[in-house]
Amino acid sequence: MTRGSNGVLPGFGLTLGFSVLYLSLLVLVPLSALFFRTASLSVADFFAAVASPRAIAAYQLSFGASLLAALANAFFGLVLAWVLTRYRFPGRELVDAFVDLPFALPTAVAGITLTTLLARNGWLGQFLEPLGIHAAYTPLGVTIALTFIGLPFVVRSVQPVLEDLEAEAEEAAASLGAGRLETFRRVLFPALWPALVTGSALAFARSLGEYGSVVFISGNMPLRTEIVPLLIVTKLEQYDYAGATAVATVMLVSSFALLLAINGLQAIGRRRLAGAGAGE
Amino acid sequence: MTAATLTHETGQASAPSLRAALQDPPAVRWTLLVLALGFVFLFLFLPLAAVFVEALSGGLTTYWAAITDPVALKAIELTLIVAAVSVPLNAVFGVSAAWAIARFEFPGKNLLITLIDLPFAVSPVISGLIFVLLFGAQGLFGPWLVEHGVKIIFAVPGILLATTFITFPFVARELIPLMQEQGSEEEEAAISLGASGWQMFRRVTLPNIRLGLLYGIVLLNARAMGEFGAVSVVSGHIRGKTNTIPLHVEILYNEYQSSAAFAVASLLALLALVTLVAKRVLEWRLRRERLT
Repeated sequence: MTRGSNGVLPGFGLTLGFSVLYLSLLVLVPLSALFFRTASLSVADFFAAVASPRAIAAYQLSFGASLLAALANAFFGLVLAWVLTRYRFPGRELVDAFVDLPFALPTAVAGITLTTLLARNGWLGQFLEPLGIHAAYTPLGVTIALTFIGLPFVVRSVQPVLEDLEAEAEEAAASLGAGRLETFRRVLFPALWPALVTGSALAFARSLGEYGSVVFISGNMPLRTEIVPLLIVTKLEQYDYAGATAVATVMLVSSFALLLAINGLQAIGRRRLAGAGAGE
Repeated sequence: MTAATLTHETGQASAPSLRAALQDPPAVRWTLLVLALGFVFLFLFLPLAAVFVEALSGGLTTYWAAITDPVALKAIELTLIVAAVSVPLNAVFGVSAAWAIARFEFPGKNLLITLIDLPFAVSPVISGLIFVLLFGAQGLFGPWLVEHGVKIIFAVPGILLATTFITFPFVARELIPLMQEQGSEEEEAAISLGASGWQMFRRVTLPNIRLGLLYGIVLLNARAMGEFGAVSVVSGHIRGKTNTIPLHVEILYNEYQSSAAFAVASLLALLALVTLVAKRVLEWRLRRERLT
């Protein structure tokens, strides 16, 4: 598409120069400040901050709750994407548009409204408390907030794949006598899983760094309901820049590793689609 | 196609039974529908409804008082300023980056595309932290800034920087695939007919990408106005000075002024609803444009 246009179209130097300069000043230089600062810490200080019991409890909560939320989203997201692409029911368009709400609703608003719903006297909390389920100010509440935040990722990853799937493969499977469940397992799932895993991984990555929707519902008790981003903020508020930086570096490296893995997954997904296209 | 498959693959199978095999049994359909809609109701509808119910729980007068409180108005003003700075900056960047990437071949292009997405992988809290490390009192440029009386952290410039960082990729990531798909024939034709670069951009490129650009701006604006984590780290929470709407909501909520907090939050919820509608309409028009 762009082949041969190098000679004709103007503005290459200007746009590339501006883009690279703006990217460097706003993103690359500030991000490198984090690594620069970390490098200036002594190894002992770094590990004291990164491996303290409080930090380890925070990693456990952040990774654990994010994983549970991603799994919940993998299940409900798949069901929702299936229902939205395969079934016709009144209000389908509305529900489809509504799926993006967690992207559009500011996280602080999500945080206070979820907390209010799940508090002891809240709309949902009043039914959960008698059952012995405490959602507000517990790890369960953190998981619920992260499930809210991650919901659109799985639906929006899986939906286009479901829409593009050729009916022929399913028809062939059915006509050869495969039951519905077997068709799903043998025909649909192999085509779907890269998108499903990618969507869940994106939700997981987003959940790891999430702050606004969680701080209100978590109760923020060190060692119990303190997520990693909150630990960073707390350290900053105590002017422990070194500690905040060290923990932030661990988080950032995890996020980047995750991003690389997701890129790899997306490449697999694309190759599958291309392969399916070539096979027709 | 279906008929052909039918006759020679299945012999005696009739069309209705095949269609039945392609559809989920009623029990499955109902279970999945109830699961999906129940989940949407509990996780999406109820939280949104609760915002408005709680906002109006103190009556209309309280609601009005909360959003016209001078401190609230100041927060609204600052939020609008933040959007007015970060939206145009990142929109210009997005168009510029998309032009370079979608219209030219150069080494390092894939790396550039990856780097543009970088801010999405960074936790909001860390997005604030990096600017504190650069410009805070203990930061890299801290001593110099103090000496010259420039305040960035715990002041408006820090909020602008952090928000612009967080919303950096929105326009670029919409425009790059769109412009790649559109190709460059029309633009090349304009140039060979003697148009200047600027004329080509205004008459050909801009009309072609305007829906995608608007789509990116809608998402960018929603995030810029609603950002909490990054802004919270750099703002210092100075009442009436460095509080955006989300930070003002937090303060009211933590002071147990619940209905005031939800009243102000309802403004952001309305913004979210407007964003969802605009997003839908633009998606629909983009799809239609692609088909014609």
